Amino acid sequence: MKSKKLSIPYIIWMLVFTMIPIVMIGITAFKDSHGNFSLEPFMKAFGYTGVFLKSLWIALLSTLICLVLAYPLAYLLTRMKKSSQNTIQMLLMIPMWMNFLLRIYAWMILLQKNGPLDTALSLLGIHGTYIGNTGAVVLGMVYEYLPFMVLPIFTVMSKIDGGLIEAAQDLGSNGFAVLRKVIFPLSIPGVISGITMVFVPSASTFLVSQYLGGTDDIMIGDVIDKIFWTDQSTGSAISLILMILIFVFLVLMNLFGDEEAIA
Amino acid sequence: MKKILSIMLCAALTGTTVFALAGCSGGGEKKQDKGEVNIYNWTDYVSRGEYDLMDVIDEFEKETGIKVNYTTYETNEEMYNMLKQSNSSYDVICPSEYMVSKLIRENMLLELNYDNIPNYANLSERFKKLSCDPDSKYTVCYDWGVTAMVYNTKMVKNKPTDWDALWDESLKGNILMFNNSRDAMAVAMQQLGINPATCTKEDVDKATEKLKEQKPLVKKYVMDQVFNEMQNNQSALAAYYAGDIAMMMEENEDLDYCLPASGSNLFYDAMCIPTSSKNKENAEAFINFMQKPEIAAENFKYLRYGTPNQKAIELLDKEYTENELSFPSDEYLDKCYVFSDIDDEVYAYMQEKFVEVQAN
Repeated sequence: MKSKKLSIPYIIWMLVFTMIPIVMIGITAFKDSHGNFSLEPFMKAFGYTGVFLKSLWIALLSTLICLVLAYPLAYLLTRMKKSSQNTIQMLLMIPMWMNFLLRIYAWMILLQKNGPLDTALSLLGIHGTYIGNTGAVVLGMVYEYLPFMVLPIFTVMSKIDGGLIEAAQDLGSNGFAVLRKVIFPLSIPGVISGITMVFVPSASTFLVSQYLGGTDDIMIGDVIDKIFWTDQSTGSAISLILMILIFVFLVLMNLFGDEEAIA
Repeated sequence: MKKILSIMLCAALTGTTVFALAGCSGGGEKKQDKGEVNIYNWTDYVSRGEYDLMDVIDEFEKETGIKVNYTTYETNEEMYNMLKQSNSSYDVICPSEYMVSKLIRENMLLELNYDNIPNYANLSERFKKLSCDPDSKYTVCYDWGVTAMVYNTKMVKNKPTDWDALWDESLKGNILMFNNSRDAMAVAMQQLGINPATCTKEDVDKATEKLKEQKPLVKKYVMDQVFNEMQNNQSALAAYYAGDIAMMMEENEDLDYCLPASGSNLFYDAMCIPTSSKNKENAEAFINFMQKPEIAAENFKYLRYGTPNQKAIELLDKEYTENELSFPSDEYLDKCYVFSDIDDEVYAYMQEKFVEVQAN
């Protein structure tokens, strides 16, 4: 009974700042420009299928790259001394103390024509464009969201009972078998919350693509932003579809792992 | 011990922040007897003491004792949605011409008492009876400008003379276009011989095709990023606002400008008082203050968009007043069109079609 009372402020918070806005988006999404019930916003929203797919593709690609980079790092971290662990965690966190937009600006300058990367590679005889394409957008996303993948995996991994690993070794498992049969299955909750924390924001962001992408790298967040100027209904419909897509993705993830890992 | 220490440090940090915030709000209370005024203006639209210029807001507070609450917006639509959908009360806003028409149509502006704005007399005649407010009841023009092109002389061989340069195959991948439906569509319409000020949905369709044709040549659709792109020699040619082009040219001597021969868009922003205002007299005092010649001149130096204030122009150096980008000739202005009243539906369609150009 006592715990219920304590949760009241959170319930009110969620009601006011999560549930009511979602319901309002839901209502707006079914209105036409004169305020009558209509499915037109959804018809219009489906005109942006290509952008939806592209956004989800970019988000998926960024998430996978983050996972591939973060998993070994998290594993290595657990094997380190406490002091080195702290140093590396600190180094991962420091960039996040800076404003998101500033960091993207920095990448813009690094990648631009006659920028540091271009100059260095030109000296080696390699000429190319490194900005204004999907690759640059994925790079920006990976850079932005990598810590959100490393930290949950590391937290879960460092809680694995050392006794289990020793037991596996005593029973004749080599290093790879220990990783495959003990550490990986036990780290899945961390992997799932890492994927969630990277995939969800990267599917809906648009700043990265606006600054690092070219004309073909428009993301769904950008469409919502622009459409909202004059047409709230279609904007809401697109937002609703995006929310449903992300929800479906999370449910699918849920099937693979522990329920509690879903953020 | 370590834990206690860190908790104390955290508490100290939070404490300082709270005090700092409290200090901010406390500082203004001294002069509260004269009341306050809530200004809702474009981002970076008045001189706030950068580049050795005057902080005009500070100056206004000092002179009148009225406390200014200053908030900003990035687009006319953002401002409109805020007025329409939130309960916040604003005393002065600064919408563009087409938004002024919309606000007047929807009865969202208060009539001004021009007796409280004697500096209105400083405005030149061209900017007194604006097409969006022909009887001069609601507006005091704050600034104006035209759209134009900026190019890098080292990267563009043929000097651009008109908007068709933005469709030049030889500049493929080096062209920057407006990331804003109204301006982008207007350029395309001018190419097709359509007057953007009176366009219909069919005209928007035609302009959409024209923009789709241009898309493979475009490097990027940009707004503020244009500064970085042009100042650092990243792109060859861009369409943007003339006042901003004057700023870019100061940073990079390889840049030059072109006022398109077929004319361009003349835009202006005007200060108005929305119906939600609770401090109308203070609002009028603010609008009046902004039209003091020396204040308008400071704002001009900061902004570089043309000032409608004739007395302010007399205070400015020749290097400013002879710059065609800030002050195009009257003959040129006669060739320009004004978006004074776009039909809501046509505008929404324009926006939708522009997203379509970018999305496909």
